[in-house]
Amino acid sequence: MTFDYSKYLRNQYIPHMWCPGCGIGILLKAILRSVDAMGWKNDDIVLVSGIGCTSRMPGYVDFNTVHTTHGRALAFATGLKMARPDKHVIVVAGDGDSTAIGGNHFIHFCRRNIDINMIINDNNIYGMTGGQYSPTTPPGSYASTSPYGHVEPNFDIAKLAIGAGATYVARGTVAQGLILEKYIKASFAHKGASLVVAESTCPVQFGRRNRLGDPVDMLHWIKERGVAMRKAEKMSEEKLAGKYVMGEFIKDDSKLEYTERTRMLIEKVQQKENK
Amino acid sequence: MADAAVAAPKAAKKKDKSPAKIEIINENCKACDICVDVCPQNVLAMRKDPAKWEGYVVEVIDLEKCTKCMLCEIECPDFAIEIS
Ligand code: SF4
Ligand code: SF4
Ligand code: SF4
Repeated sequence: MTFDYSKYLRNQYIPHMWCPGCGIGILLKAILRSVDAMGWKNDDIVLVSGIGCTSRMPGYVDFNTVHTTHGRALAFATGLKMARPDKHVIVVAGDGDSTAIGGNHFIHFCRRNIDINMIINDNNIYGMTGGQYSPTTPPGSYASTSPYGHVEPNFDIAKLAIGAGATYVARGTVAQGLILEKYIKASFAHKGASLVVAESTCPVQFGRRNRLGDPVDMLHWIKERGVAMRKAEKMSEEKLAGKYVMGEFIKDDSKLEYTERTRMLIEKVQQKENK
Repeated sequence: MADAAVAAPKAAKKKDKSPAKIEIINENCKACDICVDVCPQNVLAMRKDPAKWEGYVVEVIDLEKCTKCMLCEIECPDFAIEIS
């Protein structure tokens, strides 16, 4: 049976504004199927975003939604979760929004282990703002700000998150929507700072500049670059150049979550004061 | 025998031989061609349509071959294809 997305959408705004074949639409659908699998109610979910193509997502869903400033989605989401730990807080962001402008918020979100589900649509470029390179633009590729080929090495967002202390980290791709959905579901079920990186496609700003063909060619391109975690373990650094590793990297339930820790502290202080 | 008991619901699921219904929601479709590409059974194709600004629409060319695998539905970025 076909899945009924309409109960989660603000249907009056569909069709959405994303370009033909853009990966963000595939990611949105995987998120909605995961929400459904969790049995969450629309009113119990808060979807927070910053600025960028991915950040247009909250406009289309019938949840509580906040469209904030560039890079700051996690700052708003942290405040929200502290005030209302009972809500399911999800942050969606692009690679530029989350790891350049919002890089600082990102590492501290991981470190605190606050129960927010972050989902990054990594399409290797700033789409909406004009095709500038981002921290995940692969070296050698073209962007409006790297017209002769990009000279910087790129971030591995998953490794960054693990290093900073996130307790659930996985990476999938929009070229395999069902596997991506599996990771998103697992991240929703996890209590703590969770991150799912979705390797995605921007056929317009990245694809065209790098002569990657139409949306279909780009989907193949992104799929072919993915290497499963087990296989990657046996591969040399050179062989892994230009690829990305897919899988569930970490799932650690042993660390206390941030709002929980804060609540415990408040109780302790109150008890002391009341004595 | 436990194996057979576990396998049974799966087999029952596979036996869903009712003919597939494919609905293309034309207002949502942006003619990106992804559904045509991912379909393992070549059920779908693109047809020229000057009435659409993209110049193309998706067409069901071989409905009988559809196995309801849902791949087209999962990978369509635009809520434009429904399988039932
Ligand atoms: S510019 Fe790129 S990321 Fe933005 S909607 Fe278009 S294809 Fe998608
Ligand atoms: S459900 Fe599967 S077989 Fe049927 S049209 Fe879609 S991709 Fe093809
Ligand atoms: S994948 Fe969706 S939007 Fe793209 S051509 Fe098929 S039905 Fe249209």
